[in-house]
Amino acid sequence: MITLLDARNVTKRFGGLTALSDVSLTIRKGEVYGLIGPNGAGKTTFFNVLTGAYVPDGGELVFNGTELPSGKPDQVVAAGIARTFQNIRLFRDMTALENVMAGHHIRSRANPLSILLQTRQAKEEERLITERAFELLRYVGIERFADTVSKNLSYGDQRRLEIARALATEPQLLALDEPAAGMNATETARLRELVQTIRHDGVTVLLIEHDVKLVMGLCDRLAVLDFGRKIAEDVPAVVQKNEAVIAAYLGGHGTAGAAA
Amino acid sequence: MNELALAIPWLGKRHPAAARWVVVALALVAPLIAILFGKTWVRILDFAMLYVMLAIGLNLVVGFAGLLDLGYIAFYAVGAYTFAFLASPHFDIHLPFWIVLPLGAGFAALAGIILGLPTLRLRGDYLAIVTLGFGEIVRIFMNNLNHPVNITNGPQGINMIDPLVVFGWDISRPVKIGEDITINSLFLYYYVFLAFVVLSVILVQRLQISRVGRAWAAIRDDELAAKAIGINTRNMKLLAFSLGATFGGVAGGLFAAFQGFVSPESFSLMESIAVLTMIVFGGMGNLAGVIVGALALTALPEVLRHVAVPVQQAVFDRVILDPEVLRMLLLSLAMILMMLLRPSGMIPAYSRYSRPELVVGKAAGEGAK
Repeated sequence: MITLLDARNVTKRFGGLTALSDVSLTIRKGEVYGLIGPNGAGKTTFFNVLTGAYVPDGGELVFNGTELPSGKPDQVVAAGIARTFQNIRLFRDMTALENVMAGHHIRSRANPLSILLQTRQAKEEERLITERAFELLRYVGIERFADTVSKNLSYGDQRRLEIARALATEPQLLALDEPAAGMNATETARLRELVQTIRHDGVTVLLIEHDVKLVMGLCDRLAVLDFGRKIAEDVPAVVQKNEAVIAAYLGGHGTAGAAA
Repeated sequence: MNELALAIPWLGKRHPAAARWVVVALALVAPLIAILFGKTWVRILDFAMLYVMLAIGLNLVVGFAGLLDLGYIAFYAVGAYTFAFLASPHFDIHLPFWIVLPLGAGFAALAGIILGLPTLRLRGDYLAIVTLGFGEIVRIFMNNLNHPVNITNGPQGINMIDPLVVFGWDISRPVKIGEDITINSLFLYYYVFLAFVVLSVILVQRLQISRVGRAWAAIRDDELAAKAIGINTRNMKLLAFSLGATFGGVAGGLFAAFQGFVSPESFSLMESIAVLTMIVFGGMGNLAGVIVGALALTALPEVLRHVAVPVQQAVFDRVILDPEVLRMLLLSLAMILMMLLRPSGMIPAYSRYSRPELVVGKAAGEGAK
């Protein structure tokens, strides 16, 4: 198994609060990797550090053998990591298609001059972007809403659109921040299928999720965070039986035995 | 050019081609209609064209990229003063317009970047305050740079600026055709300005429907998400500021040549606000709306000036409300009504791909193969 992402001793503090403390984890190419933990455990903080939104106070993130630039989201996307947000962040006034087309930004090259002159390359690129965007909408199953302004889409479709937009950046690692939050059972089932398709098509998936059933069923391996520390990392079946994990989820934090 | 059709929505929706031709025809014969009411009206049309250019440029910054700029007129000033410095007896430099205009545009773009760099992290109210300050700084510089070394000639402004000379043809002189037909230079300026407006529309439209335009729209809608899909928001914002300023700079140069005279009072805060009002009134983010807004709000005060006084005299035998007062009153009223009835302007912005004919055609074509 080839290592895709290697997080080494990542630490992030906010004033006196240590949101992430020496978190190390390894994501292998082609797997669905889960990151779970109680509220406030540091999952989203890890996401933000990984995607360049935060600068870590310590540690490093090695992606595909090279260190990720910290605090530079656009370079992280260029390196091949795309993300979605816990509270959906679409470009509200743009159509579904335009949202995905905007996602192609980093993989397209037309500069202002070639756009103003409408060079053949610029036109050809624009055509390809449109085509690719339609393909991606079809891929996530919402191509019939291509011309719908994204704020008018249903909640589940907005989630799918956000995934399509992230995929438009042609990532090797797709980081999904609680994609099933607020979804009903049918929508969650469809989401699970989508994630499996994405993985099947060669994109590694990092999944933050509260829905334990979804995580256990979908992830190849997972890590559990609690109070900013990694307390377990293994295949779901093993993590499920881990005493520290059970303690973290059922309360009685501190000594694992107290929860039992 | 489909946006053109939208300038007259009731026709544009059903017969875009017809609407487009109506717009083109109107643009071409406008001065001929205006002359029926007197030469002043042709002059007003000329100024309207300059305001349209300003509105197009400001719309690029405010409407497309969502960066509220209250000091936009500063770029107009930079363009105008560049022209005044390099084509007038003031420094006794007389460069041709095809050198001066691009230079003015370039300096304006530079000014845009100078304004953009320190304000990259600001949004909304905070950005508005800084840009407002920037606009005032430029005006105050123009006002006071006559001492100790006289650069701008202070509040007196710069006079006797060279007119536009196209291939040795001075367009500020009337053209005589045969014996008794003369074409006033106001007409010539109109068509020159119209050409610049058309070019601006084409260029801005190309930008809007491109990866750059989408990046701007993304930053406008959600800057964090824009970063998360890999858009370099710093560069894109600077690009918006500098390109927007370029249009202001060109308009400024044309203004200087047309007017033959520039002074700091033409570049007050009220002018910035007037241009912003035009794009809000017309429909921020929509080219057709912005143009209609600029035309409407340039014409309105002039119509008032010519109508209000006679009407009041006829009705009350005296002038009760000065046209200038009335103008502010009506403009405010128009804005309030606008916000209540059509908050996104007369012709609201729409998503390019929200037009069914484009998407359906495309999707059907895709499905067939």
